[in-house]
Amino acid sequence: MSETHEVHRHPAPTGFIRKYIFSLDHKVIGIQYIMLALAAVVVGMLMSLLMRLKLSWPDHHWAILELLFPTGAPGGVMNPEFYLSLVTMHGTIMVFFVLTTAPQGGFGNYFLPIQIGAEDMAFPVLNMMSFWVTFVGFLVILLAIFVEGNHGLGEWFAGLGPSFAGGSGTVGPIGGWTGYAPLSSLGKIAGPGQGAGMNLWVISIAIFCIGSLLGALNFITTLLNMRTKGMSLMRMPLTCWAWFTTAVLALLSFPVLLGGGILLLLDRTAGTSFFIPGGLYVSGVLSGSNPNFPLHTGGSPILWQHLFWFFGHPEVYIAILPGMGATSHILSTFARKPVFGYRAMVFAIFAIGLLGFFVWGHHMFISGMSPYSAIAFSVLTLSIGVPSAVKTFNWIGTLWGGRIRFTTAMLFAIGFVSLFVAGGITGLILGQSSLDLPMHDTYIVPAHFHLVMGVASIFGMFAATYFWFPKMFGRFMNESIGRIHFWITFLGVYAIFVPMHVMGLQGMPRRYSQFTEYEFLRTLHPLVVFVSVAAIITISVQFLFYFNVFWSMFKGKKAGDNPWEATTLEWNTATPPPHDNFAGVLPVVYHGPYEFAVPGAPRDYVMQTDVDVEVPSGNGHNGHQH
Amino acid sequence: MGRVLAVMIWIVTLLSVLLFLSGKWWLPAAISDHAPALDRQFLITIIVVGISFTAAQIGLGWMVWKYRDTGKANDRAIYSHGSNRLEVLWTVITAVVFIALGVMGQSVWASLRLHDAPPGSYTVEVVAQQFQWNFHYAGKDGKFGRTDPSLIDDGSLNFIGLDSADPNAADDAVTAALAIPVNRPVELRLRSKDVIHNFWVPQLRFKQDLVPGMEIKVHFTANKVGKYELACAELCGQLHFKMKSYMLVLPEDELNALQALPQDQFQARMGELLNKYQLPTYQ
Amino acid sequence: MATMVTSTKPARKTSPGGGPRIPGPNGNGSKRHDGFPDPESQGHRYRIGMWVGLASVAMMFTSLSSAYIVRSASSNDWTPLPMPRMLLVSTALILSSSATLEAARRKLKAGLGALYKRWLFVTVVLGLAFLAAQLVAWRQLARQGIYLASNPHSSFFYLLTGAHAVHLLGGLLGLTFLWLRWRRDVTNTALIAKRKAATDAVTIYWHFMDVLWIYLFLLLFLWR
Repeated sequence: MSETHEVHRHPAPTGFIRKYIFSLDHKVIGIQYIMLALAAVVVGMLMSLLMRLKLSWPDHHWAILELLFPTGAPGGVMNPEFYLSLVTMHGTIMVFFVLTTAPQGGFGNYFLPIQIGAEDMAFPVLNMMSFWVTFVGFLVILLAIFVEGNHGLGEWFAGLGPSFAGGSGTVGPIGGWTGYAPLSSLGKIAGPGQGAGMNLWVISIAIFCIGSLLGALNFITTLLNMRTKGMSLMRMPLTCWAWFTTAVLALLSFPVLLGGGILLLLDRTAGTSFFIPGGLYVSGVLSGSNPNFPLHTGGSPILWQHLFWFFGHPEVYIAILPGMGATSHILSTFARKPVFGYRAMVFAIFAIGLLGFFVWGHHMFISGMSPYSAIAFSVLTLSIGVPSAVKTFNWIGTLWGGRIRFTTAMLFAIGFVSLFVAGGITGLILGQSSLDLPMHDTYIVPAHFHLVMGVASIFGMFAATYFWFPKMFGRFMNESIGRIHFWITFLGVYAIFVPMHVMGLQGMPRRYSQFTEYEFLRTLHPLVVFVSVAAIITISVQFLFYFNVFWSMFKGKKAGDNPWEATTLEWNTATPPPHDNFAGVLPVVYHGPYEFAVPGAPRDYVMQTDVDVEVPSGNGHNGHQH
Repeated sequence: MGRVLAVMIWIVTLLSVLLFLSGKWWLPAAISDHAPALDRQFLITIIVVGISFTAAQIGLGWMVWKYRDTGKANDRAIYSHGSNRLEVLWTVITAVVFIALGVMGQSVWASLRLHDAPPGSYTVEVVAQQFQWNFHYAGKDGKFGRTDPSLIDDGSLNFIGLDSADPNAADDAVTAALAIPVNRPVELRLRSKDVIHNFWVPQLRFKQDLVPGMEIKVHFTANKVGKYELACAELCGQLHFKMKSYMLVLPEDELNALQALPQDQFQARMGELLNKYQLPTYQ
Repeated sequence: MATMVTSTKPARKTSPGGGPRIPGPNGNGSKRHDGFPDPESQGHRYRIGMWVGLASVAMMFTSLSSAYIVRSASSNDWTPLPMPRMLLVSTALILSSSATLEAARRKLKAGLGALYKRWLFVTVVLGLAFLAAQLVAWRQLARQGIYLASNPHSSFFYLLTGAHAVHLLGGLLGLTFLWLRWRRDVTNTALIAKRKAATDAVTIYWHFMDVLWIYLFLLLFLWR
């Protein structure tokens, strides 16, 4: 090795702490992100379970709740603010700590460097920091639960300042994950949970923004700078394109949330008036008339919405793009066929990413913003359906003419396509400003976004887990348990979220802790109960998945280096990959990523590094040929 | 497994479509002038949605059934990287359909939002707060009394800060329910005292946020007499689920008679009317 | 159906615009035959990383700027502050610090290590002086009774200058790090290239902070 050889930029670590806790190895960091997501999703699921219990049986006395939450659920009956705090925390934890960690920071961190033939990410120290910063953010949001839930802790926090009053008995703030001002900026005077819980919520999200930005920086630099010899951009697996675009979205959208969050925190703690207008009268107190409610003038609540949704819309594409990449990858692998329309897929990813920045106003049609901008946002929103449709056609095209092997990973990838269509297609309704008039803030909205974000995205993650588990841990996950997990989940999520569409059509509003007050909601009760039963079953079966993951790590059937007969670089290296990914010899790439079923080739797959197999030129994206 | 998967995808698709087609839970019967156009646009959209959804799921299931690996040795998949022609074709078709839908969907919006309320509209000021609705009527003189936040006193029931010193306020009335005339354009001036709320009557096919610090003017025309539930549709705090009121659509003469009453009699008469009219029946 | 053929197009080899040239099929742009990155491409890494990071900083200040513009129009309580004279001093300081850092970088490129260290040191001092000047400006305003919450313009003044100062402090840490690193002279060409790349990256950051300051100054006191 000459002195200019940059291999082993950081030597293999020794010692438990360096190897598994403060590791610089992107593979360990990826697993840490996945573990964080696995923990967060349990919290999020349990919260949604409680929500369903309240909605279906609002006056039922749940003994366990009386025990655990005496203030928030006195006598075992959840009070409305407790429910709303569940709504808020469920959304926040799921969107940030599950959907923005595992797909990108988890699988992306683990596999991007390997798939492009690099030894590690560009900046391993920043990579490690990105995880630990995100972890601290998670601790802060968990703290919000306890500061609001525990009276003593809430009192202690109140000593920090008037906007820090806690102990409301809820599990956090009550403004929804969207935290609209002025409800979110007025402090406890606007409602329980809006004191310390809200402050900690903003701080947690601000910390998360920073962690995310550190990660995005790494992904982009690594992909641009560290691809191995022969790995041109058009020879990258679609997973890499997805991670790259997601990182660009994160890079440009999270700072806007950070800016908005700082402004919100200042409004709450420093008496500024960015989002709080003058002349307010809240809970019997006029703005400026007593110290509990200092004088504010001239702020704009809609400004918060603009800042939040400018981030919030790209965020949902951040949540789904990695799943799309994984699906393309897995569909191709198990159909034993190249991806149909690789170039179109890349353009579609770009188009979704780019257009995603120009449609945020569709969350705000009836917010009071200019109706002219609503028209522009509406037309742009519908056009974002075009690249999504193109991707769907290409997924189906990938399956056409294939020789499909139904592994559990493949089942989830096919499930992704089905659910993405189901969820995405209702965007055509919600994206039209006229139709949003009756539909805004009704249950058709959660039906739509849960199907795409909460289900399709998660199916992408499940598919990725079953697919890459053998490479990460050297053992297969159990296929029989995996099948049960797939079937019950697939049918379960349809049962949960399809009925919500018609609930929305009938006018059922969002974020109601119970539906007992309105006649027009009465006929919907059987559907509400049906959804809850489906949810209970579906949530329960996820514990099979957890068992499968942890049991298989130690007891699963042993796997070789390329158990799926796949083509990309990660299957070319040892299982699990060594510290520097390629044991000192970086791969050289001769082919595109999806060369399956090549006529005349010895096997039905040609790995990217196969040097003596000819793939017909002019067909596909081999780029520079050696 | 492939056949089972295909069948389950199709069953799920069928059940979903049936749920929609059954019409058991659907948009409530509409009572506004813009509703027929809106409902027509919705129908066109839901048809496109339904066809796309069904076609995609059928296609997905078909591929999964037909191209499952049947274990024949030396049987490879078709080596195809795609088809530029197909890409162009389905991109163009999708773009045309989606953008056409988008453009068509603007006309109802434009009719409601890009124009002010026509002259001669019946105007009501709406002031929302945690957790009740306040409707301010101009009374016989058709002029609204001055309001000022510093005059608000929930304790003494001056919810909107009406300035009793203003002569225009003398014949004004403030109640918790909304009464509007049938078949006459109505303008609502929407304000909020504390946080964002939203005015929502499902049968009206209409909702709008009430934003503190702004006065937002909207208009519509109701065309069926009756009593309708009014709900808040923007999270405003813990009693958001209970921020309920009613909208009464009255014949012109009944509304004029109501309008002419002073505050105390107005309240009482409202109560009578709320008892007189019934909510629509829901199946 | 016969096998479909797509047209072959050469893989894109040029970078999308601005920033370092994206390498061709040798994904890291190195000239080596075994695919490993060479020291020059490592330098690219720092520069690319810095530009990418600055994109996110730019977005944050863009969001605050748009909040500034919207807020100025949202109500009739917009009373812009008169420009504190101290800011002319701090502007001069930061401009000179950019000049001295540029001088340092060129000395390093010419292989003059000792001079490089000296100019780095001067830059750090000027950077600290800039922060001190900002603090003085803040205290002058406070003495006039103008605080964070006094009026929307003052809120933005404190917020924007504060956010800029925090980022500048990060730059100062970077400069200090460079200065400490160079305490030991090295002859290893790889390490020297790495240090040059790091210096380039920090310099880009510092110049960006300078330009950002000018922009904020104009936004706060020219646009109003």
